[in-house]
Amino acid sequence: MQTRPINDEALFKPILFTGKKFYLTVAILSAIVIWAAFIWIWQLWHGLGVTGLNRSVFWGVYITNFVFFIGVSHAGTLISAILRLSRAEWRRSITRMAEVITVLVLFFGVANVIIDMGRPDRLLNVIKHGHFSSPLLWDVCSISTYLTASTIYLFLPLIPDIALLRDRVSGWRKKLYTFLSLNWQGTEEQVKRLQKAIGIMAVAVIPIAVSVHTVVSYVFAMTVQPMWHSAIFGPYFVVGAIFSGIAAIITGMAIIRKVYHLEDYLKPIHFNNLGILLLVMTLLWFYFTFGEYLTTWYGHYGPGLLGMGMSPVRFQSGSQKYSADTLLYSGACLSSVL
Amino acid sequence: MPRWGMVIDLDRCTGCQACVIACKQENNVPFVSPAEAEKRRTIAWINVIQFREENSTSRMKFLPILCQHCDRPPCTPVCPTGATYKNKEGLVAQVYPRCIGCRYCANACPYTIKFFNWYAPHWPEQMQPMLNPDVSVRPKGVVEKCTFCHHRLMKAKEKAETEKRELSPEDYTPACAQTCPTGAIIFGDLDDPYSEVARLSKDARAFTLMEDLGTKPKVIYLRAGA
Repeated sequence: MQTRPINDEALFKPILFTGKKFYLTVAILSAIVIWAAFIWIWQLWHGLGVTGLNRSVFWGVYITNFVFFIGVSHAGTLISAILRLSRAEWRRSITRMAEVITVLVLFFGVANVIIDMGRPDRLLNVIKHGHFSSPLLWDVCSISTYLTASTIYLFLPLIPDIALLRDRVSGWRKKLYTFLSLNWQGTEEQVKRLQKAIGIMAVAVIPIAVSVHTVVSYVFAMTVQPMWHSAIFGPYFVVGAIFSGIAAIITGMAIIRKVYHLEDYLKPIHFNNLGILLLVMTLLWFYFTFGEYLTTWYGHYGPGLLGMGMSPVRFQSGSQKYSADTLLYSGACLSSVL
Repeated sequence: MPRWGMVIDLDRCTGCQACVIACKQENNVPFVSPAEAEKRRTIAWINVIQFREENSTSRMKFLPILCQHCDRPPCTPVCPTGATYKNKEGLVAQVYPRCIGCRYCANACPYTIKFFNWYAPHWPEQMQPMLNPDVSVRPKGVVEKCTFCHHRLMKAKEKAETEKRELSPEDYTPACAQTCPTGAIIFGDLDDPYSEVARLSKDARAFTLMEDLGTKPKVIYLRAGA
């Protein structure tokens, strides 16, 4: 932020100097990425059969990952926007990190959906032949809006800081930062405009963030499957998202504090305050989980006979009615991850 | 416009599985290895389930289950590309080249009769010349299911057109109904008050699967006697 004093050498250090440890980390992570890319090509070549998915468990770890990462993405934007609006001054040193987590993690979530598709080569059919009756299309809309909004929300407060960097580096980075800093001079007029833009984005981003996770839950809740067809899924998922988001920030904070020696910036107060927020969300999450499990257990809605040879159709004695507990697997899987 | 439907008389079903074989032959349903079948990845557009009533020592009962061609299908509205949709004649259709393989429809179907191609389809060498040229072979990564032998309807329509006459219900029967040795599977136009399916669908023994979901299936079962 532009209000920060300029003598914060510790903050510039990671950008101006790169150590051995950095390259080692990059090498290890690249190895994992290359390995994962190979696995994905393997899956594309042979078909989704190489995974453990099957009939009645059509969605597995990929979609669970999608829900998880979209949830973690709520870390940033939502929390930093709420704290910004409530003028909680202690937030300053964590907002940037939270916003970066949001944008990056959204890409992970979207990538997981593409990995899960049987025919990713036909991805554009969703746009060419899009049917708005499908909650998946609602997802496409709200997630792309969220991605755009949170990228802008990340970029706006970044402008004065890029300007600071612009004055410290040379070569191609100078050119890049000059371009990205959009001619920031720190004049009164510029500061006023920037504050206004950030204020607007902070308000706009909150309903978008809430809608994203509500729509993610609708993908499940709009079906008539037992345990999925549930009215509490919208708020349940939003609470779960904020819950996992805060946890992600705390984890990120702990690592960055240690690695970059930012003890002067990430103080115990940050961990304390976020810890209280996390506790509140944990209790809310527990409340929803309790509500879900108690009602289903009390209504004898538990898993019935899942296999009668091929199909999970159960025959009930007395009446000539059939009922299926088809996707309890997936329901259980989902709630355990969230 | 006819409203094609099916009545399955559970009293007549002997569980012989002839319908299952006929369907696989007719619709080029790929073979699945025993190991894959163990992983619950069998593709069978029609499948005979065995069951015994709970807390009962009565004999085995059989339930042939296939796409219910619901009048209010839960699977079609959730498809993001319209690859599965209900056509004018009420058949729930699959457009394989448009399917992106998201498996949302398969998740939405309460009857679990939508199948995903986990691998590229495979037949033993001797079987390959026997593939039905009227039915497209599905690539890996798309969802498929019973179409009420839609290709037979297309053929029947073409035939009726060249003979310059109206399509009559006898022209079109799916392979399973044609094959059933006991005549347990009856097929026809539910909107034709004089058809056998229309009459049987109003029988006292008639019921549909998971009626409480409001999917309004066009596959109607007749309860087996004691």
